[in-house]
Amino acid sequence: MPRPIDRNELQELRANGAQLVEVLPRDEYEDQHLPGATNIPLRDIDANVKGRLDTAKAVVVYCWDTT
Amino acid sequence: MYDYVDGKVDWLAAGLPSEGRAASKPAAADVARSGVPTCALDDTLGEIRARAGATGVEVCVVVNAANVVLGILREEQLKGPDSQRVDEAMVPGPSTFRPHVPIGEMAHYMAEHELPTTPITTSEGKLMGVLFREDAERVAHGDR
Repeated sequence: MPRPIDRNELQELRANGAQLVEVLPRDEYEDQHLPGATNIPLRDIDANVKGRLDTAKAVVVYCWDTT
Repeated sequence: MYDYVDGKVDWLAAGLPSEGRAASKPAAADVARSGVPTCALDDTLGEIRARAGATGVEVCVVVNAANVVLGILREEQLKGPDSQRVDEAMVPGPSTFRPHVPIGEMAHYMAEHELPTTPITTSEGKLMGVLFREDAERVAHGDR
């Protein structure tokens, strides 16, 4: 279960090289996303997703908002 | 693994940078004027005018010690006597907008609601600048 974080914690993690993953659909990601974030839409998350990430670094997932 | 629960809207509402198609298009914070006069609840209109000096003041945002917007004084409210307190003259709790709102959307809203100015704030309500309708319309129509 991912640990919830706020914006300040996110900025600290980013400063330490964390990977950002936006789980929204591709079009929304391409419209606007956090700097350096990659896109893995929620429906595409499966057992193979780890191969797309650097397992040595922290991973932060995010959506549009809390809903 | 971590979950940034408040999400992209929280990041954008804080005026932080972004990437993508929309990132290159002007938004409210890009067009808002910074350095607009601010005042406290217990100031008087006379004090505001004295600080403005010869340049005069067309809008003044009422903020607390944390720079959170409490009210706004526009031309009509600024006409009062020198002795009038800000908290008596101001428009309390004005509509505010987040920094990432596209400028075209802002221009349309401000025209529809006949707003000459509107504060742009973070999601915590802290003042980032004031958007003037004339600026919003000029940029939205491509006349930078």
